[in-house]
Amino acid sequence: MKIQKAAQAGTVESSDIIVKIEPADAGVEVVLTSSVMQQYGKQIEKVIRETLSELGVDAARVEAIDKGALDCTVKARTQAAAYRAAESTDYEWRTKA
Amino acid sequence: MELNRIIHINEIAQNGAFDETKALIYKGSMGNHEKMLSSIREAIEKTGLKDGMTISFHHHFRNGDYIVNMVMDEIAKMGIKGLTVAASSLASCHAPLIEHIKNGVIKHIETSGMRGELAEQVSRGLMEFPVVFRSHGGRAAAIERGELHIDVAFLGAPSCDPMGNANGYNRDEENATMCGSLGYAKVDAQYADKVVILTDHVVPYPNTPSGIPAIQVDYIVPVQNIGDPAGIMSGATRYTKNPKELLIAKTAAQVIEHSGCFYDGFSMQMGSGGASLATARFLREKMEQENIHAHFALGGITGQIVEMHEAGLIDKILDVQSFDLIAANSLKNNRFHTQIDGRFYAGYDNGGCAVNALDFVVLSALEIDTEFNVNVLTGSDGVIRGAIGGHPDTAAGAKMSVVVAPLTRGRIPTVVKKVNTVVTPGAVVDVVVTEQGIAVNPRRQDLIDRLTAEGFKLNTIEELREKAEKTVGAPEPIKYLDRVVGVVLYRDNTVIDVIRQIDET
Repeated sequence: MKIQKAAQAGTVESSDIIVKIEPADAGVEVVLTSSVMQQYGKQIEKVIRETLSELGVDAARVEAIDKGALDCTVKARTQAAAYRAAESTDYEWRTKA
Repeated sequence: MELNRIIHINEIAQNGAFDETKALIYKGSMGNHEKMLSSIREAIEKTGLKDGMTISFHHHFRNGDYIVNMVMDEIAKMGIKGLTVAASSLASCHAPLIEHIKNGVIKHIETSGMRGELAEQVSRGLMEFPVVFRSHGGRAAAIERGELHIDVAFLGAPSCDPMGNANGYNRDEENATMCGSLGYAKVDAQYADKVVILTDHVVPYPNTPSGIPAIQVDYIVPVQNIGDPAGIMSGATRYTKNPKELLIAKTAAQVIEHSGCFYDGFSMQMGSGGASLATARFLREKMEQENIHAHFALGGITGQIVEMHEAGLIDKILDVQSFDLIAANSLKNNRFHTQIDGRFYAGYDNGGCAVNALDFVVLSALEIDTEFNVNVLTGSDGVIRGAIGGHPDTAAGAKMSVVVAPLTRGRIPTVVKKVNTVVTPGAVVDVVVTEQGIAVNPRRQDLIDRLTAEGFKLNTIEELREKAEKTVGAPEPIKYLDRVVGVVLYRDNTVIDVIRQIDET
């Protein structure tokens, strides 16, 4: 998946995260601010990077403002921002087998 | 009459013969208002305040307080240094103390709690002397025992007469500033060497019933404003609408109902958190259904307790601190709503203190650990952001202490392996109620048996911790430096824990 333009997903409400993704030449850069930076900063960055990697994004600049979102929320917001930034609607909705 | 001819006269009447020229004769002049001074500076001068002394303040004006900053600014201007500030508590509005600490005016602070910028900076190593955190009962006992000696108390009061009878409300003016009970200030007034009342309403003598009696007051300073009424108290403490808190409250009420502490003539205290206040509402329903009434309610008093009192569900209210205007007005108007002082409330060295007569108390918590220790003082990032209040006093005094808290707050778990700061030890915490389960301290097998027999499904505290971690993940531990910035005392004034400087490198 290639990032075409700047896009974002999420809010700055409590228990949410806003993820903004922009195109970059190479590599994934993550700039994170979080209300729980000390306790969960590393984990949040890890989830963002893993989510982008699963989508095949290898060049992007990510800015995320976290207000205590759970991992599932971090993943969902990152996916939505990536699809929007890649101008893709080719969602792979998962269904239970 | 020659006195020396009377046998044993010097043993039975020591002051010699009456002398009309020396006798104290006031003739209704009220001492010519000799206690009334024109400025804070004059009061500071008259009290003889010197470098290194201890001064005290009360926190009944909460975050609307002007007294602390007003008095400290004047003291700083006069060049007095190295003071200990022993406040019953401090709030966000006291951030200006930071400058006085940096300039050496304040050397040491004692308080129940701290919030805002002052707390942030203390947590980052602002002060050389660690801040001493005491419970309300611990402070009262320390003052009475002389462990905390107050040289001068500066006490704000919403009304005071020219002789010094001071009170937390005003009988002459309906719309005057009010704070209700002056419970914590009463101890300072009784034991401080010098007592200065600062008031925005001088009322005619006698301002009775009074919170602080004139005989304990040395000086009175009228000032324009003692505080911001909106910050001092709200009109009515609002019921929470948060469904999580309501579920916790409902569960806590059910636990209480079946705990053996809910009988006709019981006694209770409710903490000030959303869930603990809501517990009162659910209890009220049960009291009405089962025709049970309480003999007394204690503590920080809210409008909800007052409504139950006025409906005949609670006989008496013992009020050390009024949380809203309904409570303050009730103190003024209801005969069996009594103002009590901090020592009467919770002084540990006094077997007769009121907390020891409680059947149960409902308390909130920032963190609870698997040893049932509770933290209400430091946040999940290790920064000071709370107050001990009467937490350990009531937990230790009541037959049953119930701690109510959500299992997680945002991403922060409430039930953890080890609390950042032990304020109330597991030895006095009996029940923990969350929206996802109830845990009873294994020390209370009697409660476990009783609740299990009533059909409650109890969790172990470890199970609650696991549930929390499963939802939010395991947090990384906070990094601290070795340096101690705060010392936490249990209600008997022994050191129960320390707060270290946070490491932000």
